[in-house]
Amino acid sequence: MKEIENQPNDNLKENQEKDVIEIRWHGRGGQGAKTACLLLADVAFSSGKQVQGFPEYGPERMGAPITAYNRISESKCSVHSNIYNPDYVVVVDETLLSTVDVTQGLKETGAVIINSDKKPHELRPLLKGYKGKIYSIDARRISEETLGKNFPNTPMLAATVKVSNVIEREKFLADMESSFRHKFASKPHVVEGNMKAIYKSLEEVCAG
Amino acid sequence: MSIKERLSGNEAVAIAMKQINPDVMGAFPITPSTEIPQYFSGYVANGEVDTEFVAVESEHSAMSTCFAAQAAGARAVTATSSAGMAFMWEMLYVTASARLPVTMALVNRALTGPININNDHSDSMGARDSGWIQLYSESNQEAYDNFIMAMPIGENKSVRLPVMVCQDGFITSHAVENIELLEDDDVKRFVGHYEPEHYLLKKENPLAVGPYDISAYYMDHKILQAEAMKNAKSVILSVAKDFEKLTGRSYGFFEEYMMEDAETAIVVIGSSAGTAKEAIRELRSSGNKVGLIKIRVFRPFPMEELAEALAHVKAIAVMDKCEGFSACGGPLFAETRSALYDLDVRPKSINYVYGLGGRDIRVEDFKFIFRELESIVKTGQTGKIYRHLGQREEGVLK
Repeated sequence: MKEIENQPNDNLKENQEKDVIEIRWHGRGGQGAKTACLLLADVAFSSGKQVQGFPEYGPERMGAPITAYNRISESKCSVHSNIYNPDYVVVVDETLLSTVDVTQGLKETGAVIINSDKKPHELRPLLKGYKGKIYSIDARRISEETLGKNFPNTPMLAATVKVSNVIEREKFLADMESSFRHKFASKPHVVEGNMKAIYKSLEEVCAG
Repeated sequence: MSIKERLSGNEAVAIAMKQINPDVMGAFPITPSTEIPQYFSGYVANGEVDTEFVAVESEHSAMSTCFAAQAAGARAVTATSSAGMAFMWEMLYVTASARLPVTMALVNRALTGPININNDHSDSMGARDSGWIQLYSESNQEAYDNFIMAMPIGENKSVRLPVMVCQDGFITSHAVENIELLEDDDVKRFVGHYEPEHYLLKKENPLAVGPYDISAYYMDHKILQAEAMKNAKSVILSVAKDFEKLTGRSYGFFEEYMMEDAETAIVVIGSSAGTAKEAIRELRSSGNKVGLIKIRVFRPFPMEELAEALAHVKAIAVMDKCEGFSACGGPLFAETRSALYDLDVRPKSINYVYGLGGRDIRVEDFKFIFRELESIVKTGQTGKIYRHLGQREEGVLK
């Protein structure tokens, strides 16, 4: 229908959902990629955004590759399909790089954020010629240092917020703290650990 | 005052149920509707509702529980999906023909064979002749709103029919999105108390429920049931009007999106409508006169209204998320094309069966469909009428 050329309707143009930021999460069943995706939707909602957070469901079991998605925008996004051309990709488990084409459809103006102790330039050869930005964050170490266990969710979430800039830093920190205080009302030390994980992650995320 | 929240479709329906505080819930878990009774049983355990939660051993018993509770004069709800609803089959008909306005949250999922947990509409479309009113939802917000409107519709004295409120499994049931909730008191006021005129245990005037009906009367009872379904149309609109006064959100039999000057249009049900709207916005911005009708009420079917809304359009694609195995198109197509028959000049129409078992449908797919419609308008040739969208290879069918 490209040959039809009429005056574009200004009002419609304003309504177009070009302001939507789309994020795709890759993880393994049981690691919490879905939880991180829903947490991101939560904090973006708290900062006044329109949000979508949804996992792709199938016959999952522990350890199998899973995908989850976020759309974050100023005005409501009505699209209910999966995300094929994300602005950002988050890889919660770097062992997926050898089996899943994580950067498929990823915009080159965007970025991939990988949970790894490697530097971005060491990860680039594993990314099938992806030319956009690569960020790495050692979420496992940060989590073990601050929470005593490997819960990569919180550091990955912080790295994603920092890289994608979907939420203002101070707002994000305040929301996360209040959310943790609510969630772990009986375990204040867990709140402190999680907040430490966030600060560390915001500092350590490494660009390349 | 509305409450701004972010909830999945399942959470939204569970909260609607909590706000309504029905007398009885009979439920048996099945993916993807399991969360609804799961959340609701939490409200029961915490004393947030005083509903009798009956955990049964099967969906047949879940619907039997609802049937029995309603027959006794109580208000009953359930939630199910797919094979769970299929297992209620007998009781769906029994409940509707006994004129007991049970309310069901149906989270649409494909029917087994091969086994699949993802979304399509084959479960509710299969039940389209069971005598239940069917409301479909595009989003978590619509699932919530429809659930709150269901009881005032079904319990209306000129209707007295059960209502199923459908939403798309996983696509909306498990997706967290923004939503506006009503205050508890507003919901309770809107839904009101259930005060049936007759019920099994009413001591002044007890009622027989489910007796044998001989040939001399059976058909007359069926005609009364059919009349009730016709009556539901005006009740659905008047309840929607009251709901709009309360919330500002407007509902009808269907939503018309950019239809005023549309030359081609898509007719679709459920969450895919939102994806189609994005395609329409993009096509409109380059001057294409395209539009959409999203069916909200499939039973009763708004035949005259739909024909009127489509009368000025040159070509339409009717989208079925259900393979009806009629060998000539899905159920929405059959009904829509039949509705167009009485028009003097009618649009050319094609049918796309799509999205079976969770096959994703994207903005690009809707743009493709509009290109196909455009070519039908240009050439005057409809071509193949009954089509499938997104099959892996065209060659599969050759």
